[in-house]
Amino acid sequence: MNSQISGTRDLSFVLSGAAGLGIQTVEEFLCRVLCRAGLHVFASREYMSRVRGGNNSTEIRVGTKAVRAFSDRMDYLFPLTPGVRVNIRRRISQATKIVADRGVFGGEFDGTEAPFVPIPLEDMTKELGGKVYAAMVMAGVMIGRTGVPLPRVLEEIEHFFSGRAEVAKTNADACSLGYRFGVELRGDSEPLYHDAMDSDGKKILLDGSDAVALGAVAGGCSFAAGYPMSPATGVLTFLSANADRFHVAVEQVEDEPAAVNMAVGASYAGARPLVTTSGGGFALMGEGISLAGIMEAPLVVHLSQRPGPATGMATRTEQGDLDLALYSGHGEFPRAIFAPGSVESAFFLSAKAFDIAERYQTPVILLTDQYLMNTFYDVDIPDVSLLRPAGKIDPTPADYRRYAPGATGISSRGVPGYGEGLVGADSHEHDEEAHISEEIDVRVSMNEKRLGKLDAIRQEALPPVLFGPKDYDNLIVCFGSTMEIARESLALLGRTDTAVLAFEQVHPLHEATEAFLSAATRVIVLEGNATGQFERLLRGTFGIRAHHSIRKYDGLQFSVEETARRVSEILEGGAGA
Amino acid sequence: MTANPFDMEHGELSWCPGCGDYAILDALKKALLGLGLSPQQVVLVSGIGQAAKMPHYLRSNFFNGLHGRALSAATGIKAANPELTVIAVGGDGDMYGEGGNHFTHTIRRNPDLTVLVCDNMVYGLTKGQASPTSPRGFVTPMQRKGVRAEPFNPLAAALVQGATFIARAFAGDVERTTAIMQRAIRHRGFSLVDIFQPCVTFNKVNTYAWFKENTRMLEPDRKADDFREALDLALSPAPYPLGVLYEAEGPETFEKGLGAFTDDSRPLFMREPDLGSVRAWFEGLLR
Repeated sequence: MNSQISGTRDLSFVLSGAAGLGIQTVEEFLCRVLCRAGLHVFASREYMSRVRGGNNSTEIRVGTKAVRAFSDRMDYLFPLTPGVRVNIRRRISQATKIVADRGVFGGEFDGTEAPFVPIPLEDMTKELGGKVYAAMVMAGVMIGRTGVPLPRVLEEIEHFFSGRAEVAKTNADACSLGYRFGVELRGDSEPLYHDAMDSDGKKILLDGSDAVALGAVAGGCSFAAGYPMSPATGVLTFLSANADRFHVAVEQVEDEPAAVNMAVGASYAGARPLVTTSGGGFALMGEGISLAGIMEAPLVVHLSQRPGPATGMATRTEQGDLDLALYSGHGEFPRAIFAPGSVESAFFLSAKAFDIAERYQTPVILLTDQYLMNTFYDVDIPDVSLLRPAGKIDPTPADYRRYAPGATGISSRGVPGYGEGLVGADSHEHDEEAHISEEIDVRVSMNEKRLGKLDAIRQEALPPVLFGPKDYDNLIVCFGSTMEIARESLALLGRTDTAVLAFEQVHPLHEATEAFLSAATRVIVLEGNATGQFERLLRGTFGIRAHHSIRKYDGLQFSVEETARRVSEILEGGAGA
Repeated sequence: MTANPFDMEHGELSWCPGCGDYAILDALKKALLGLGLSPQQVVLVSGIGQAAKMPHYLRSNFFNGLHGRALSAATGIKAANPELTVIAVGGDGDMYGEGGNHFTHTIRRNPDLTVLVCDNMVYGLTKGQASPTSPRGFVTPMQRKGVRAEPFNPLAAALVQGATFIARAFAGDVERTTAIMQRAIRHRGFSLVDIFQPCVTFNKVNTYAWFKENTRMLEPDRKADDFREALDLALSPAPYPLGVLYEAEGPETFEKGLGAFTDDSRPLFMREPDLGSVRAWFEGLLR
C-alpha cells in the first residue's frame, strides 16, 4: 500500500547507519533547512541501546502539506553502514531507491527488487576528510532531491555551524557534493519546493521530549527530579540544561524513590514538581505516588513507555504501561492520566497536568512513549496565552487546618513558613491537622473527601477527538501517540464509513465516550500492547465490548500503512478480532 | 518556666514508658526554643517507626512521609523553600536501613538539613528484629542465632562521605543532647546527630546502664575540625565517644546551587509560570 495521500505530495527518506556517525546532527540540520524553506517535515528516530556502532535509522518525511505520522513507505533509503536491520529491510519495496556506495555494500541488497543507485560516498568523503561527512553528503542528496535552492542551504550551514568556520566550510562542501547528486536524482520530476510554500518559515520543529519539558515550564514546573532512564531522560536533560533560564530546581537523584519523595516534599513546601521516568522507574515510584495521593500533594509524573517486562527493550516503543499508570500506588486515591497524541498536545497536556494536579491536589500522570519522545515535526508556535492562569497560594491563618474540607470539598492549600498557621502532611490516615488518626469516622470522611475529587476531575475531562465522518459505521479507537498515525491512515483507507476516535485523556474517561462507541456498528481498538489494556478499560468503564482489536508489541510504532492494512483486513472480512 | 511554643497538646503517646524518645523530644523542643525559632519557621520531617512519630508530639510544621524517605522529602522541602529550618528525625532502621541509599547521597548533596537519628539498635514498631546498628551476636525473634552482619557505622560513613557536622548524643543526658542539637541546627549544610537511646521493651542488652558504662564524654568545647581525629573517634570501640566529633566549614549547600535561585531568592511557592521565557524559547527556534 504505497499510494500517497491524495492532494499532498511527500517524500519519505530513511537514513541509517552506526551510532557515532553524526546521523542525529545531520537529521537536525536537514530538517531545519527543509522547514525553513517552508516545507513540512517529520522525523522519527529508532535506535539500538548502545553508545557506538549498531545500526540506527531516522525516517524523514518531507511534504507540501503537514506530515506528522510514521510511514512504512521508503522512497529513498540512504544506508551508511552495512548490516541494515530487519525492521528497515522489510520496508524495502520496488519503489524504494537505495542510494549507497556499491563498494561498501557489495551484494547486501541483492534479492530485493529495489533499484540501486550507486553513489561514490567513500571517494567523496575521503576528499572531504573522512567518514564523518558521509551523513552530510547524504543530507545534501536529500535536499537536492526536494529542490530547495542551494544558496539557502549554504546560508543555513553557516548559521548551524556558526563560530566554527572551518567545520562550516567542510560541511558546506559535503552538502554541495551531495546536493548535485540529489538534483540528478530528481531528474525531470517536479521539485517539492516552490517559491510560495504555505508554512513560509514560521513553523518551529519540536519533538515530544522538548514539548513535555517546555509544557511543564509553561505549567509552572519549578522543581524536577529523576534518574536517567530511556526514553524519559531527555525531559530531565532539557530542564537541567536550561534550569537557570526557566528557574527550575533540577536534580538527578540516586534512585526513583528519592525522585518522587523529593518531589512530594517540594510540593508540600509549595513547588510545582515533575518527576520523569519510564516503566521500571515508575514501578519503583509507586509508593511515592500513593503518598502524594494521601497527602493531597500536587505532583506530575511523566511516564514514558518502552516495552517491558523488566528492562524489556530500552530504546523501543510500546503502550504497555497503561494498566501500570491506572493502578499504580497502593490504596485508593484520585488521579488523572493524560496521553498526548501529538507534539502540540505533549506541550499543552504537560502544562495542563500541572494545573489539574494543583487544583485537585493529587498526582497526575503524563503517559507518553519512546515514539513520541523521539519524533519531531513542524508546528505553529504554541500559544501559551491559551493556558489557564496558575492559582496563588494564600498565607495560612493562625487556626489553619490543612485537611479541613473547605466549601468545595477541596481543602485550601497552605505551605509551611507562609502565614501564621502550621502546615502538616502525613502518610498515615490523618485528621484535619494531618496528625495520625486511627478513628474510624475520620478514616471514612477523609477517604471520601479524597475520592470525591475524582468526580470533579471527570467533569472537566478531555473529550476524545473524532477524525473522519460523524455518521461513521466503523470506529477506530486509539489513545496517546498513535493519534496522528490513525488519522493519516483514514486517508489511505479512503472509506466514508470509517472514523477515528482518539483519546488524549485516558483517566477519568469523558462521559461522551459511551455515545461515541455506541454509535458504531464496529468498534476497532488499536493499541500498542499485546493484551488490550485500553480495550479492557473501555469495557470496564462503559460495558462496551470492542468488536475487533489491532495490537502491536514488537517494539516498533504502528505505521500509517500497517494501520490502514489491518483495518482494511477487518472491514473487508479477512482477519478479524 | 516560660511556656515553650513547641509544646503540643496531644493525646496518649505511642511510646513505651521509659522510652528514650521522650528525652529526645524534650531536648529537641528545648533546642528549638533556645535558638529563638518559631514553630512556623520549622519543618520536622520523618519517615516511619516509633521515633518517626515525633512530629505528632511537637508543635511545628511537619511532614511525616514514607519509611526510609525522610531525607529525600526533607531535601525537596529545603529546595522549595530554603528559608525554612528543616530537621529530619527517625530511627536507625528508617534512616540507615530502608533509607540507606538516601543517607549516603543526601550527605553528598549537602542540603542544609539537620538529621537526628534515634539509634536504639533494634526495631521497635515491628517488634524486636535486628536493625542495621544491632551488634554482632544480638539475638532476636528473627535472628535466632544472633546477628551475623557487621553493624553499620553511621558516624564513620557520614564522615568519609563528606558530612561536615557529625555528633553523637545520649538520650539519658537531655542537657548535652540539647546543646548538641543546637550546634547541629546552626551548622550550615548537612549535620548528623546519632543519638544513643535504649529500647526498654526490645533491647535488653543496650540498656541505660549499658550506655553509661560504654560511652565517654568528649570535651564540650573541643575544637572538632580535625578529620583524621574525627575518623579515629568514629571508629573507636567502646567506650564510644559522646559529643561533637567533627565540625568544619562545608561546601556550598545543595539548595544554593539550584538554577531556581540563580537570580531570584524567593521560595518556589511565590513563583508564577515563566511564560515569557517559554515564548522566548520558541521565538528563538525561528532564528
